[in-house]
Amino acid sequence: MAEMMFWEAVRRAHDEEMERDPLVICMGEDIGVVGGTYKATTGLYDKYGPERVIDTPICENSYTGLGIGASFLGVRPIIEIMSVNFSWLALDQIANTAAKVRYMSGGQLTAPCVVRSPGGTAHQLGAQHSGRMEKVFMGIAGLRVVTPSNPRQAYGLIKSAVRCDDPVFINEHEIMYNMKGEVPDEEYFHPLEGSEVAREGRDVSLFGYNVSVHWCLQAAEILAREHGIEAEVVDLYALSPLDRAGIRRSVARTHHALIAEEAEPAVGVGAEVMAILDEECFYELDAPPVRVSAATVPIPYNHTLEKAAIPNAGDIVAAVRKMLGR
Amino acid sequence: MDVADKKRLLREMLFARRFEERCYEAYVERKIGGFLHLYPGEEACVHGVMEAARPGFDYVITGYRDHVHAMKCGADPRKVMAELYGKETGSSKGRGGSMHIFDVEHRFMGGYALVGGPFPLAAGMAKAVQMKGGEEIVICFLGDAANNQGTFHESLNMAALWKLPVLYVCENNLYGIGTRIDRSTAIVDQYKRVCGYGIPSAQEDGQDVEKVYAAARIAVEHVRSRQGPYFLELLTYRYRGHSMSDSNAYRPKEEERMWSKRDPIIMLRDRLIEAGELTREDFQDMDTEILDYIEDEIIAYAESSPEPKPEELERYVLAENDPWVHGGRH
Repeated sequence: MAEMMFWEAVRRAHDEEMERDPLVICMGEDIGVVGGTYKATTGLYDKYGPERVIDTPICENSYTGLGIGASFLGVRPIIEIMSVNFSWLALDQIANTAAKVRYMSGGQLTAPCVVRSPGGTAHQLGAQHSGRMEKVFMGIAGLRVVTPSNPRQAYGLIKSAVRCDDPVFINEHEIMYNMKGEVPDEEYFHPLEGSEVAREGRDVSLFGYNVSVHWCLQAAEILAREHGIEAEVVDLYALSPLDRAGIRRSVARTHHALIAEEAEPAVGVGAEVMAILDEECFYELDAPPVRVSAATVPIPYNHTLEKAAIPNAGDIVAAVRKMLGR
Repeated sequence: MDVADKKRLLREMLFARRFEERCYEAYVERKIGGFLHLYPGEEACVHGVMEAARPGFDYVITGYRDHVHAMKCGADPRKVMAELYGKETGSSKGRGGSMHIFDVEHRFMGGYALVGGPFPLAAGMAKAVQMKGGEEIVICFLGDAANNQGTFHESLNMAALWKLPVLYVCENNLYGIGTRIDRSTAIVDQYKRVCGYGIPSAQEDGQDVEKVYAAARIAVEHVRSRQGPYFLELLTYRYRGHSMSDSNAYRPKEEERMWSKRDPIIMLRDRLIEAGELTREDFQDMDTEILDYIEDEIIAYAESSPEPKPEELERYVLAENDPWVHGGRH
């Protein structure tokens, strides 16, 4: 098991899949000659050439549509959208074509494409470069949505997504590309459904995904060390479909639940998890479940305001203590 | 094009006309729901172009006015009608409807209901063909109003940049829903708009199937010989409103009369009669035979076909039993 950075894990998944299958291609803005804004496709242009590592013009909707069209005929495109904020422009092709074509053709045609895109608040990128769009994608029938919280998942999710016959949206995070983590030396395929228990505990379930898993883990450390509270951290790497059974299992152990998300609370992952808790865990809960979400504001440029808009481990600790009365 | 081909084309176009008119009736009878966009008046476009291409071999994609395109590619008219009736035997198993006819076996890659949506999809299929090295070309039929979408410019730029084997056919019927082209578009001649991308283009009379065929041969040859994309504009007219919910009040009656004199079916019929290759009686017989076929075979099939089962509502949303969903281990 070797340690590698998140971007290296993404790159390795691309490289292995492209090596295996000549119909796997990758495309996006600056991914070829430049090697990707976050280095995730470094060296692939030299290895596979411009036909398969495609530097696209800046036209997110149409190059995404082009990748989807290619996937109709057996090509397996890994489409990178440089920032999730730009994926608003590609929503027509993702939502109206990729997600619906299997259904509206009565199963005749599928769009087995992968769309990867980093979102989240990074460092003072301002309102139009700090979007968190997972809530938009997870509401689209016919689209799988996954979101890795570490290099192992990033690697394994891309590997499975490329081979899966469904369109898969992979929600990455701009500040996580230099994070280090262990990735198996042998080939590894991460499931596209389910959840993982990132830390076991008996007192409260902390549900997180992507960057908020790390806040939950930090909070769990503090809760254990300073307050004698053993929190279980559940990593919801699959956002669509969400792992109802996994949520149920954890709450059956802890009888307390909190969901942490980087996005605004309305119509989001937290709201959906709360609904599942209500529908499936109501009689298991010993206290009302809690959401820890971002403020409902366009993300400000100012560093202090930006920090105030996004939750952190401290907010989770405070919410858990209040919930448990400890 | 020899006389036998012309007679066959006349028959195909007349069939397309009668099929669409029967759809209109079925819609009024509430057998067909949703939106219904009909093709009468524009028949020479798809028939002339596909005559120069290889139906069932070349990939075809279009917008929501798609019934006739599907059938020209080889789709079974009974299944197209059954789709409009929302039946399980429909070409999309009743899940698609009028705007989403698909027949992938005959390489009709679908009708899409977002204006301009197919531009990049066509380019992408052409990219796949280019990678795989086949002789196929991709043909994308869309209306003039689609050219005001961003996807038109974005896709034509990429198609030209990467020399993709795609033929874009613009069926210019002069109206984007109810707005006349000169009120929505700065450059009325659509073929001029692709010059900025270095794509060769032509404009042709879309009512004369022989002229369409001749222009399409040049276009198809250009694309098939891997010289890159081509843009063909066909000037045409739809007799009915944009869809069934369109009263069509925005068009001057004089304009409609003028175009009705240039009907693609009548023009070809009269040419064959003048040449002594067809009599009025032949044409009448052809028409009767078509009407009987539509009623006895097509409508009867659609009427008698079963509805989809409610318990299969969630089929076709995602792939069934895809092992990679579970990491490939099952």
